[in-house]
Amino acid sequence: MTFGIGDRVRVSGRRHAGHHRTPGYLKDRRGTVVRVHATFPNPETRAYGASGLPEQRLYLVDFAASEVWDTDGIDGRVLADIFEHWLEDSA
Amino acid sequence: MEHVVHDRGGWPDDTPIDRAEHELAEWELLMDALVGTLGARGVMNVDELRRGIEEMPPVSYEAASYYERWLFSVEHVLTEKGVLAPGEIDARVSA
Repeated sequence: MTFGIGDRVRVSGRRHAGHHRTPGYLKDRRGTVVRVHATFPNPETRAYGASGLPEQRLYLVDFAASEVWDTDGIDGRVLADIFEHWLEDSA
Repeated sequence: MEHVVHDRGGWPDDTPIDRAEHELAEWELLMDALVGTLGARGVMNVDELRRGIEEMPPVSYEAASYYERWLFSVEHVLTEKGVLAPGEIDARVSA
C-alpha cells in the first residue's frame, strides 16, 4: 500500500530474523508520514548478495516521542526512515 | 521485544554517550578505503557490511571499535563469498 504525506501509519510488529532496517523500538508504534523519499533497493535481500529488487518506497515517519519512549512528559519527536513494506494503514 | 545487539534504541543505560572525537589510525583509513573499493568493484555492498556486523557474537560486538566491526564483517562476508579462504588472513598475519 502506498502512503502520502499526512497519512497515519503503524509500523508492523512482525518478527524478521534476518537483516532489516526497521528499529525494534518503532515496531507497533504509530506515526505520521512527513516525507516520501523515493524507492531504493531492498536492504533485506541485498544484505545477502541479491539485487534488492524490486525497489521499495522509503518514507520519513514522525512519531511523538511519548509514543516510543517513556518520556516523563517531556515533549519531543522521533523521525525515522521506514520502508513501505513495514508500514500499515492506521487512519 | 527481543533486540539484537546493534538495535540499541531504548536500551536502559545510565552511561552518557561518549561524543569524544579521536584521530583515525592508518588502518582505520585503509579499512574505510577497502570497503569503498569493494563496493565500487561490486564485490561487497554496504548492506552486506551491515549484516555482517549484526552477525558478530554480541560479546565481540561490545568489545570492538567502529572499524574493528567493519574488519570483522569484511572478513566474514568475503570468506562466505569464497574471496577469502577460511583463516586466510590469520595465516598471513602469523606467517
